[in-house]
Amino acid sequence: MSILEISQLSLSFGGVHALQDVSFQVPRDTITTVIGPNGAGKTSLFNCISGFYKPQEGEIRYQGQPLKGVKPPKRAAMGLARTFQNIALFRGMTVLDNIKLGAHVHMKTGLLSSLAYFGRARREEMEIREEVERRIIDFLEIDHIRRHPVASLPYGLQKRVELARALAMRPKVLMLDEPVAGMNREEKEDMARFILDIREEWDITVLMVEHDMGMVMDISDHIAVLNFGQVIAEGEPEDVQQNPEVIKAYLGNSDIDSLRKRLNPDREAA
Amino acid sequence: MDWLFFGEISLAGLAMGGLYALIALGFVIIYKATRVINFAIGEIMMFAAYLFLAFAGGMEMSPWVAVPLAVLGGALLGGVIEKTMIRPMLGESPISVVMVTIGIASILVGLVEMIWTSNPQLLPSFLPREPVFIGPMYLAPKIAYGFLIGMSVLVLYLLYFRFSRGGVALRATASDQAAAYSMGINVRRVFNLAWVFGSLAASVAGILVAATGGLSPQFGIIGLSVLVVVIVGGLDSILGALIAGVFIGWLETVAGAYLGGEYRMPATFAVLAVILVLKPYGLFGTHEIERV
Amino acid sequence: MRIGDAKQTYLADEAIWTSNTQKIWFALLLAALLAFPFMASSYLLYLGCLVGIAVISATGLNILTGYTGLISLGQAGFMGVGAYTVAWLSNNTALPFPVTLLAAGLLAAAVGILVGLPSLRVKGLYLAIATLAASVFLHFIFAEWEPVTGGMEGQSLQPAHLLGLEFRSDFAMYFIILPLAVLALLAAKNLFRTRVGRAFIAIRDRDISAEILGIPLLKYKLMSFALSSFYAGVAGGLFAYFYRVVTPESFPLSMSIFYLAAVIVGGMGNLLGGILGAAFMTLVPEALKLLTAVMTPIWPNAPVFMSPMLEIIFGALIVGFLIFEPHGLAEIWRRIRRFFHLWPFRS
Repeated sequence: MSILEISQLSLSFGGVHALQDVSFQVPRDTITTVIGPNGAGKTSLFNCISGFYKPQEGEIRYQGQPLKGVKPPKRAAMGLARTFQNIALFRGMTVLDNIKLGAHVHMKTGLLSSLAYFGRARREEMEIREEVERRIIDFLEIDHIRRHPVASLPYGLQKRVELARALAMRPKVLMLDEPVAGMNREEKEDMARFILDIREEWDITVLMVEHDMGMVMDISDHIAVLNFGQVIAEGEPEDVQQNPEVIKAYLGNSDIDSLRKRLNPDREAA
Repeated sequence: MDWLFFGEISLAGLAMGGLYALIALGFVIIYKATRVINFAIGEIMMFAAYLFLAFAGGMEMSPWVAVPLAVLGGALLGGVIEKTMIRPMLGESPISVVMVTIGIASILVGLVEMIWTSNPQLLPSFLPREPVFIGPMYLAPKIAYGFLIGMSVLVLYLLYFRFSRGGVALRATASDQAAAYSMGINVRRVFNLAWVFGSLAASVAGILVAATGGLSPQFGIIGLSVLVVVIVGGLDSILGALIAGVFIGWLETVAGAYLGGEYRMPATFAVLAVILVLKPYGLFGTHEIERV
Repeated sequence: MRIGDAKQTYLADEAIWTSNTQKIWFALLLAALLAFPFMASSYLLYLGCLVGIAVISATGLNILTGYTGLISLGQAGFMGVGAYTVAWLSNNTALPFPVTLLAAGLLAAAVGILVGLPSLRVKGLYLAIATLAASVFLHFIFAEWEPVTGGMEGQSLQPAHLLGLEFRSDFAMYFIILPLAVLALLAAKNLFRTRVGRAFIAIRDRDISAEILGIPLLKYKLMSFALSSFYAGVAGGLFAYFYRVVTPESFPLSMSIFYLAAVIVGGMGNLLGGILGAAFMTLVPEALKLLTAVMTPIWPNAPVFMSPMLEIIFGALIVGFLIFEPHGLAEIWRRIRRFFHLWPFRS
């Protein structure tokens, strides 16, 4: 069964159609990847799912429930977590506080008990701290930087902290917007390992936008291809790789060999 | 209701509004080009008016010399402020930049008090004194001529920005800084020019307003009225500045005449509050699309 | 110098004072503050009270502007609400000061929420203008609502009292102001190590992402407004008890700017910054007065130049700190501490 069903979604800004009649499914407990050339509407799609953009037409169903009219914070509380393309960490906070912020929706402390730091406030803070330390910081191997201000971290680590924050949201669906963009090979491998582990061990469905074809083909269970705001193909990695529409979208003509190279860099190397 | 009185008050208000429009134009020029909200515009006006006082009063120059000199002085001040205090803040948060302009305002007030004391002063009169009648309605000559001069400057400005090279560069920078830069426009120079031109317009208005209402170090408070004008009109809209300027000037004067001076500010700020709720980006301002 | 502060529990790790050295320093500071009124001259005591009130208000503004990123030009107005509440209650009821001050804070908070409502639709500088409008309206109400506020004349009020004790002198007021200032700072410190405080900072740093991560923006912005104005209201109430007279001119726009300046000079988004800024900005005019008094025998004209000089220094401090030391006095203090941290092994 699908945890997210996107049907006939259309979004436009003025005259520009960012998404046109987009439909696809995100099967539960999979790693589903949306690929497509730059400007194909991938991030717009994420923004629609997060509730930041309001699509003019179509519907997004999450666990069978339509999301229309549900505000972004509520969606976060329902289990839709995400990272952002241009790292959106809170620069004025430490790594630890950034991650704790992810747990915001699962905490209840109000203003008054916050001010007193007594009773529930303190208990809840300690519980969150423990959960974050035990489940997330250890898992993502970022214990050495927990006290650092995020602004001082290298790019790869910032991406990892953002993933940590999303995990603290206890997501059911984890949306990753270009999780390995700009990383070196080693960092990419680490990230791919984390994503696989998340799906296996945490019981989380991953929806990802990514350009790195090697990684996409390696770890995805399901792929949707977006071009000019429309879904042009959907299926398992092998099917998508062979799909002539996809090849055309990426190359403009059918220079299949060079596309194969792009889609299968690792196999080519071996 | 005394319609003649209402007419005369309205006329005076509209004339004042014309000057507001001119100041607001200066404000909008600076905002459009540099995205800086200039809380010091009232103090820049005040400074130019004091310069005029010094040239025409102290040094007994002819108004024909004193006015242009004072206006140039105000414009120069704007340029210097931009170069020394605003430019280092490039890329900082808007809050910080606004606070810098507030600091500048305070420095200017202190300087003026130090040089010219804090006592209110009258400017040497330099406008014709024959009363002006429009139909049956009387209009104080200072206000009438002030309005005419202000409007001529305003029209010159509009023509300049429409047709001149500098005007085009300024509009290009306003609409897309990066693109303007890559097309070879010297963006830094445009920033500086915007401050010079904006301050110049404000200086003209400053002298004209001070000529009717007198001058003191508290003069800069007029900046608050201008702030209302530009928010109501839309921070980045020249048309908005003109229309809102005239309207706010009129409203302020009418409220003052009918309800009492203490109602001037609350009346205009009430309009401001309504606008903020109904049309947050002003009547003619552009709403920027946000991105994640 | 101190080294090695390994923690056994998360609770110990998240405590406000994480080392014994810090605890000792804090205890010493508190003792000094308590001893201060017994040793200080009446003038210094007066200044001490002023600084205390300013610290409370500046901390409130820091919560809103420094931590939540919402610039407010209404701080003086909120203080006025608190001051008038206390004045009215002290003249029309027999309530003791803890009750009147609480009422002052609550009423100011209610007004703060009202003023914050436009943040539903506008942000940044537009919001600042909305707070400016609020301060214009509040000033108007203070001046015109004569039956309650006393109009332009303002009103004088009874001294603060509790359990039959009257707090008439500066000495007595000091012992109301100091505990409240400490309490205000502790509460703020707590706030920023919990969920609500983190949400404030998140809104300041990236509001849209914060919303997508589950923080309802309007709710938290209003919360920040409410809390900040609560602090302002209490500070205003103390101001009223301290001077025992309240007029519309007690809370001019320039006072709002004074507090913004204090937060900037001290360090935005830093509690220590709020303290340092409030103290510094309160004491600068006094230092200048002192200097003038010294200069007058040599240069008789000095008093004439004092008030303009103050304006210039005030403006120059704002501009100078923003350009050269944007993190304020707190950052300078941090550098000094760092130096001694490793001293004498490294300098």
